[in-house]
Amino acid sequence: MVEPFLQSFVIEGSNFYDAGKASTEIKLILKQLGIDSTVIRRVAIATYEAEMNVVMYAQHGILIVEVTPRTIRIVVNDLGPGIPDIELALKEGYSTATEKMREMGFGAGMGLPNIRKNSDEFRIESTVGKGTTVEFTVYIN
Amino acid sequence: MLLSEIIDLLTCEVFAADEGASDVEIEYGCAADLMSDVLAFSRTGAVLLTGLVNVQTIQTAFVAEIRAIVFVRGKKPDPGVIALAKEKKIPLVGTPYSMYESCGILYMKGLRSTMEYAPTMNSRDQTGENG
Repeated sequence: MVEPFLQSFVIEGSNFYDAGKASTEIKLILKQLGIDSTVIRRVAIATYEAEMNVVMYAQHGILIVEVTPRTIRIVVNDLGPGIPDIELALKEGYSTATEKMREMGFGAGMGLPNIRKNSDEFRIESTVGKGTTVEFTVYIN
Repeated sequence: MLLSEIIDLLTCEVFAADEGASDVEIEYGCAADLMSDVLAFSRTGAVLLTGLVNVQTIQTAFVAEIRAIVFVRGKKPDPGVIALAKEKKIPLVGTPYSMYESCGILYMKGLRSTMEYAPTMNSRDQTGENG
């Protein structure tokens, strides 16, 4: 039986050096909770992509991880430019990344599609000029 | 294939490796400079060959459960990158070979790709039609 768990992390926009810290910490927490390694890898990849999106595009964001006996839910809420066309942003290869983001190895237009691919439930809401909320759930069993 | 074989084959310099790292079993090869591609297409147990030498390479490898990283074309990581690799216990080595040569050498020795392309009957037909 997996212990219920809830924690939030602050993600700082444009801080490429610390980018990935929340995701890697969550990965360790899930390991300590005894969750299956295949499930952990899916959560870690999706969380890392979501975290990188905040670092690359937003001013800052809050990431919440909630573990229940059956699910791992991640909510990432950012203060940023928002996404004008979500359908387009969900297409593999579509990207509005800058040169700086590409230098860091990101901005291939795989972020949101990769989050969706690695999760069992996926939801995204965005308001231009305000920010974006990405929420996804991975089933433990 | 053991990491020690990869180090020998690619005449690698070792930047970070715990005791026993040379005995790490590498099951697949994955080559990319785009970390999003690594996240999308890699598998647990792979070695990552890359020309991208920064902290995101290490974070990505940790998240995607990459067993070891080889920097190609003689690229050298800075101390911060090496320190992070040590913290995450990911062996870090560098080869003078290019990406293409490195992949070729490992592929010839039987190291499989994380993303094997298997043409379907359909795509073979299309190849035939197009000559």
